[in-house]
Amino acid sequence: MRTSSPLYGKGLRTLAIATALTLTAAGVLIFFYAPLDADQGVIQKIFYVHVPLAIVALCGFVAGGLMAIQHLRTGDRSWDMRSYVAIHLSIIFGVGVLITGSIWAKRSWGHWWVWDEPVLVSFLIVFLLYCCYQPLRFAIADRERQARYASVFAIAAGAFVPINFVAVRMAVQEVHPRVLSRTGNLPGDMQLTFLVALAGAVLLFLTLWKLELTSKNASEQLGRLRARLEAAPPSGAAPEAPPAPVGVS
Amino acid sequence: MIRPALAILRKDLRLELRTRESVPAMALFSLTVFVLFHFGLHRDSVEGAMASGVLWVTLLLATVLGVNRLFASEREGRALDGILLAPIDRTAVYLAKAAGLFLYLVLLELVAVPAFAILLLGPGLGGAFPELIAIVLLADLGLAGVGALVSGLAAEARARDVVVPLLLLPLLVPVLIAAARATEPFLTSHPGPHQLAKWLGFLGVYDTVFLLLAVAVFDYLLED
Repeated sequence: MRTSSPLYGKGLRTLAIATALTLTAAGVLIFFYAPLDADQGVIQKIFYVHVPLAIVALCGFVAGGLMAIQHLRTGDRSWDMRSYVAIHLSIIFGVGVLITGSIWAKRSWGHWWVWDEPVLVSFLIVFLLYCCYQPLRFAIADRERQARYASVFAIAAGAFVPINFVAVRMAVQEVHPRVLSRTGNLPGDMQLTFLVALAGAVLLFLTLWKLELTSKNASEQLGRLRARLEAAPPSGAAPEAPPAPVGVS
Repeated sequence: MIRPALAILRKDLRLELRTRESVPAMALFSLTVFVLFHFGLHRDSVEGAMASGVLWVTLLLATVLGVNRLFASEREGRALDGILLAPIDRTAVYLAKAAGLFLYLVLLELVAVPAFAILLLGPGLGGAFPELIAIVLLADLGLAGVGALVSGLAAEARARDVVVPLLLLPLLVPVLIAAARATEPFLTSHPGPHQLAKWLGFLGVYDTVFLLLAVAVFDYLLED
């Protein structure tokens, strides 16, 4: 088993500032630039939150699967950590997707949940599957084995995301033929707002991902140092070498 | 790889023949669920979408039972260590388990589908046998492939009996969609147009993807 400890904190500040700026810009565009939707009114603006969150969460799930492949191929535990944090964050984003989708459905169709929206329905199934990731992971005591089993899960579930989407879409199409996807033909100013909101969501995901990795990495290093301190002889006899300073300001 | 897989499969089937722990339980469970549906739905007979839904949900739930028991003989007495010590490809274990589950499912359906036709189904199974057999076999392949993978995944988990259904059932939703939609037109008294080819094709793709994927990753579950 190898564990490399990259410096995840590097560039975190720049990334965080870029995220804050993009999200602010997206907020301004959503409320002051994007036109009001003709038949849905102000509730349509939830689209700029809901759809980017959904895209980022789904990509996060698939990326978690790809990182898990990398973990199994190289045996490097840091890939498992990356995959774990990506899936963990995607689950949190997923809660946001389901809540905003539900609010949108209530306002524009009058129901809290609609079964003929293939994206939302397949998202729910994927979400239910990934809710099992953490219970499965932490039901395995051995750390090494935990990482391997979690990776196998992440790969299978990552492959499941597109297949499930196709199945649900095929099932819905039979009942309600759909013309085009909703985002296919947006007017220009809506499209610009949407793209900025999407960039904001991507950046937010990356910032949180890096932040979580940094903190996990730091606490792991802390644990290792503490274990060394306890193993070292009592004060007086100096340890063989002082631990290298960790690059955290 | 085929010979050790066959040896493990033979061992499992012999064990099942002597202990009768899985298939009879799955069959009995399906009958119980049909009775539950009769009272829960307050219907004496079902047809069409309702019928294929009842049938496939029941079969899926019975699959959970089989998946829970799939590695039972290996866990008891740590017999898995013995298999892992043998100089065989780990994939053989997966293939044997998936094939075993597939056979269990076929046996289960030999009991559960006729029982369903007698107990609940309105129109009768009539003249759609080749189509139904094709649907059932392709669906079973998917159920068995994913079931064996999940069984391996949950084998080391503490709350195994909770993890298996929570993991397995969402993964099987596409099978449920395709199998239930494909079966639906054959369970009505006036069979209308059907899209059998579309759903069989989807089941084929699902089976291929997950069988290949499971063969590729199963090694990592048994690595010790």
